[in-house]
Amino acid sequence: MTDEPLVRWDWIARNWANGGPTAISALLENHVVMAFLPVLFGLVVALPLGLACVRWRWLYQPTAALMNVTYSLPSLVLFSIFLSITGLTRSTVVIPLTFFALAVLIPAVVDGLASVPDAVRQSAVAMGFRPARRLLRVELPVAVPVVLAGLRVATVSSISLVSVGALIGQGGLGNLFIDGWQRQFYTPITVGIVLIVLLAVLADGLLVLAQRLLTPWSRARRTA
Amino acid sequence: MITFEDVTKRYRDGTVAVADLSLEVPTGAITVFVGPSGCGKTTSLRMINRMIDATSGRITLDGQDVREIDPPTLRRGIGYVIQQAGLFPHRKIVDNVATVPYLLGWSKRKARARAMDLLELVGLDPGLAGRYPFQLSGGQQQRVGVARALAADPPVLLMDEPFSAVDPIVRASLQDELLRLQSELRKTIVFVTHDIDEAVKLGDTVAVMRVGGRLAQMAGPATLLTEPADDFVREFLGRDRGIRRLSFISAKEVRLRPAPSDLATDEDGRPLGWRTANGLAAYGTFTPETDSLRAALDAALLSANGTAVAVDEEGRVRGVAGRDAIDELLAEYAPPASGGSGEGSSGDGSSEEAPA
Ligand SMILES: Nc1ncnc2c1ncn2[C@@H]1O[C@H](COP(=O)(O)OP(=O)(O)OP(=O)(O)O)[C@@H](O)[C@H]1O
Ligand SMILES: [Mg+2]
Repeated sequence: MTDEPLVRWDWIARNWANGGPTAISALLENHVVMAFLPVLFGLVVALPLGLACVRWRWLYQPTAALMNVTYSLPSLVLFSIFLSITGLTRSTVVIPLTFFALAVLIPAVVDGLASVPDAVRQSAVAMGFRPARRLLRVELPVAVPVVLAGLRVATVSSISLVSVGALIGQGGLGNLFIDGWQRQFYTPITVGIVLIVLLAVLADGLLVLAQRLLTPWSRARRTA
Repeated sequence: MITFEDVTKRYRDGTVAVADLSLEVPTGAITVFVGPSGCGKTTSLRMINRMIDATSGRITLDGQDVREIDPPTLRRGIGYVIQQAGLFPHRKIVDNVATVPYLLGWSKRKARARAMDLLELVGLDPGLAGRYPFQLSGGQQQRVGVARALAADPPVLLMDEPFSAVDPIVRASLQDELLRLQSELRKTIVFVTHDIDEAVKLGDTVAVMRVGGRLAQMAGPATLLTEPADDFVREFLGRDRGIRRLSFISAKEVRLRPAPSDLATDEDGRPLGWRTANGLAAYGTFTPETDSLRAALDAALLSANGTAVAVDEEGRVRGVAGRDAIDELLAEYAPPASGGSGEGSSGDGSSEEAPA
């Protein structure tokens, strides 16, 4: 076992796209889907919920508390809970991860809206914006940098957390860890780690790029 | 015209910010609300465009109760400028200025063209149009704020301490700019400040408010300076009221006499100094057409022999005025005998005595 190298290239070549469900490329695809769906669902739910928390302040404390408790649960516990409901499917991973994303994104939306300077909101009111238009045209756009910062955290942690799903056979690249562990074979483990890190770096980079494009007005201020 | 009729604002926590305020804001003039912090100036201003609703009483705009008008509609017809400018950070300058035209449904082209005109009107380089607010100085942002408020050409402009966050030099130039604009545009402006000098400089009418939102006095600046209604107003006006009042008297009426031969001039007739045994001595000039009596007095005080030199717009000598001539005018504009202000010119509010 001690002679086993970290990477056996021939194994990678043979298993990259062998057509089966355990091919590295298939696992990668699975991983991407299972990591991004929770972030997407999270964002879709966090926007209205965050807005509601801003509109009705009393909502925020209980919501934040609930989300924090969820976040503090080991992901495995959540997976087990959903295992009994959704079985050995992707949903058993995606649903808990959506809660984790929410725990980051709801505060991001709330903080983002709170980051809108009072003078900006006041002058929007004074110029005759009606509430809905003010929200869409002024408050949400100004909140974008803070929301995107939350989105980066949620995305990267989602990418890393998917691996835990391997324990129920739905872990994307995480399955490579189990495989490597069971066979005391390092190559799948190395491949899994490298791909997950690359995926995280790539996703984060894309979000940074999106931020640059979406908010040219905040770039200089951030670096100033 | 905007009228306040027994307007009271009581906040939910019981604070009475404005109490029984009744006043008229004349059309086409600048009315300044001035008073110490917390006296209810902002509250009064915001009741006009219904950012705050009065608890009782009514406010009318050209005879119509503002409460009968849908707030967003009302607000689109009233320009509003606030202290921190409040520009939209995510919009370019041109689009910031075009905000209300966009809200009113103008085409993008028309709104932007209008915005460009306004940038020029408020003295901004049109090259700034494509920038974002963070790329502008505080003074420039404030000008954009004024341009934005004027974009849809509203008849009424509300300004809440618009110039108090910029340094004194920029503030002075913004004030001059506002006066210049106003001489062209003749808007009905309500201007809020806690700076009495600014109030006196800008206001056609000045409403002095005291804490609790009560009107202490409303008058033209010259009247305010000579005839403060009570000790509170007197104290609030501060020092040198007598001298400051001279700013409101035109120097046109100063009786000039021909320049004496000891005033040396160059070949164009511009003054060089007073001839003395030791060479040329200091002189002070004023322009009767455009300057105030204060400037004339200042010119006399700056002259070695106490005689002010009157010059025309090109700086050529038109005559001179001795202190006697200035004194004559001072006497003519002396405060009325029963004006209720009996203290010396250095009055700092501590040496008030009843004016007999
Ligand atoms: N939303 C509010 N709720 C309760 N009290 C308020 C509220 N807004 C203002 N006040 C109080 O009403 C009074 C008048 O406030 P306002 O803002 O009109 O004063 P101001 O003259 O504009 O003061 P400043 O020069 O400091 O801006 C103050 O005592 C203030 O604390
Ligand atoms: Mg105020």
